[in-house]
Amino acid sequence: MELNNSKAKRITWWQKNQVKISPWIFLAPGLIFFSIYVIAPIFVSIGISFYQWDGLSPSIYVGLQNYIELLDDEYFYISLWNNLKWLIFFMLAVPIGLGLAIFLNQIVFGIRLIKSLFFFPFVISQVVIGLIFTWFYQPNYGVIAPFLNLIGLEGFSILANENTATYGIIFAGLYPQIAYCLILYLTGLNNINPEQIEAGRMDGAKGFHLFWNIVLPQLRHATFLAIVVTVIGALRSFDMVAIMTQGGPYGYSNVLAYYMFEQALSEYGYRMGYGSAIATVLFTIMMFYILFFIYRMYRNEREDNN
Amino acid sequence: MFPTPIHQRPIVNQYIYKIFLPISLIIWLIPIFGILMTSIRGLGDITAGNMWGTPSEFLLFSNLYDVFTNTPMIKYTLNSFKVTIPTMLGAVALSCMTGFALANYKFKTNLIIFFIFIAGNFVPFQILMIPVRDLTFKIGLYNTITGLVLFHVAFQTGFCTLFMRNFIKALPQELIEAARMDGASEFRIFWKIILPLTRPAIAALCVLIFTFIWNDYFWATVLIQGDHAMPITAGLKSLNGQWITAYHLLSTGSIVAAIPPVIMFFLMQKHFIAGLTLGATKG
Repeated sequence: MELNNSKAKRITWWQKNQVKISPWIFLAPGLIFFSIYVIAPIFVSIGISFYQWDGLSPSIYVGLQNYIELLDDEYFYISLWNNLKWLIFFMLAVPIGLGLAIFLNQIVFGIRLIKSLFFFPFVISQVVIGLIFTWFYQPNYGVIAPFLNLIGLEGFSILANENTATYGIIFAGLYPQIAYCLILYLTGLNNINPEQIEAGRMDGAKGFHLFWNIVLPQLRHATFLAIVVTVIGALRSFDMVAIMTQGGPYGYSNVLAYYMFEQALSEYGYRMGYGSAIATVLFTIMMFYILFFIYRMYRNEREDNN
Repeated sequence: MFPTPIHQRPIVNQYIYKIFLPISLIIWLIPIFGILMTSIRGLGDITAGNMWGTPSEFLLFSNLYDVFTNTPMIKYTLNSFKVTIPTMLGAVALSCMTGFALANYKFKTNLIIFFIFIAGNFVPFQILMIPVRDLTFKIGLYNTITGLVLFHVAFQTGFCTLFMRNFIKALPQELIEAARMDGASEFRIFWKIILPLTRPAIAALCVLIFTFIWNDYFWATVLIQGDHAMPITAGLKSLNGQWITAYHLLSTGSIVAAIPPVIMFFLMQKHFIAGLTLGATKG
């Protein structure tokens, strides 16, 4: 009898509290995993940036030494400057993607297949895209060699020239990124409220005026997403650089993401502390965008709840 | 509809559009045509600089044979599947639960936890690299597929949670309330009501994660050394070093690496796009 009694009690306790406890049971596996592999490492990395460490021998606390060295490091500035170039020129993917989306938003024979083929580059690995473009740029065997000859730049190697290497990589990076923005904008155009467009047309709005005042505001969501993913993509640019130039010539096409990797994990030595300092700088830059994104989501949440 | 449907335009414009459409597609796909054509060629064409003319020999199958027998390409491809599929299943399973918890329950730290998942999803990989590599070493999983999968699952849970939570939040709440009134346990609600309804979201996440992980290069280089566990992206890069100017083999290898995500994309395009736009598509 007593046993039954206590069992009954336990069930009622569980029934009373399960709505409070359940979320934590559902959250636990994901949250624990995410904390160990993503959240904690951020803080550990920031911590390591105050040490001198080769990954094996005991680490030595050096305070701000790594950051002070960064301020004097010519290659750090080159990488930072290249990151800025990435941010600016990578943004071209947004208007080009929008333009293409407007061009393709028609109903004609075969348009579905044509759209799919336009999305195509986004699905392919950046390693493959990087390899293709590296080969395109080859001064002797490459695809653009005939064009270079035409304008008198025979044997000119885009990726071996310190002034052009970064632009060459960004151009290759734009290829999948434009496809990404195109996908976002085509979906956006699809979701536009047709009545507003018709009302605008009734009022005599046409062409650019219609686009700017009526269409573009409705594409807000797509534009926001396109900008966010493009900024993140620009700051994360690692694959393309690793494949196409490995930061060369002489570090002139380096970006922070690749420079960090080079310092911490390559033949140039295992400078974990210094690498972490570079990563921390990159993280700080990225944090502005992340906070902006979260702020927007927070605003939407509050609107939803009211 | 914007822009004005082409069939409402003058006939001349319609013709211009129909001519420009395929031309623009061809220009857009030049890089793809480039590798397709080159994968057919032999070394003779490459050294002669014949990149765009008709191939002098049709050697696609011989190139494929070369790539698969003289390099660890089969191994790389298998490794990629071994990394990609468990990651896909793991991340989707974890995020169904986290997404459900964050969408369905009100508690103080709900939004904070949600935002932590979002923020973590956007951080640069470099800030995680050293500690994750270190941790993988310490638990004896460096240079193993399991080590790579564990990290991928954890990281992808961020994005998947964002997606799942928003999806479940948009489901009709009355269903859940009604089930609770009937005395269904929370687990039953999750299993019997929520999971069946999230099928489209699960499909979208599966395609997306498949593509992301298949194409990952950074973590494959950081956590793997040596052919036994190397996925195809890193494998292709290392072969690139050996092939130097053997562009016909490089192209063939690239095509092999690109085929699985491309097939996935064409089969599940609707889900893929729904995932990318964070569920902004209707229907």
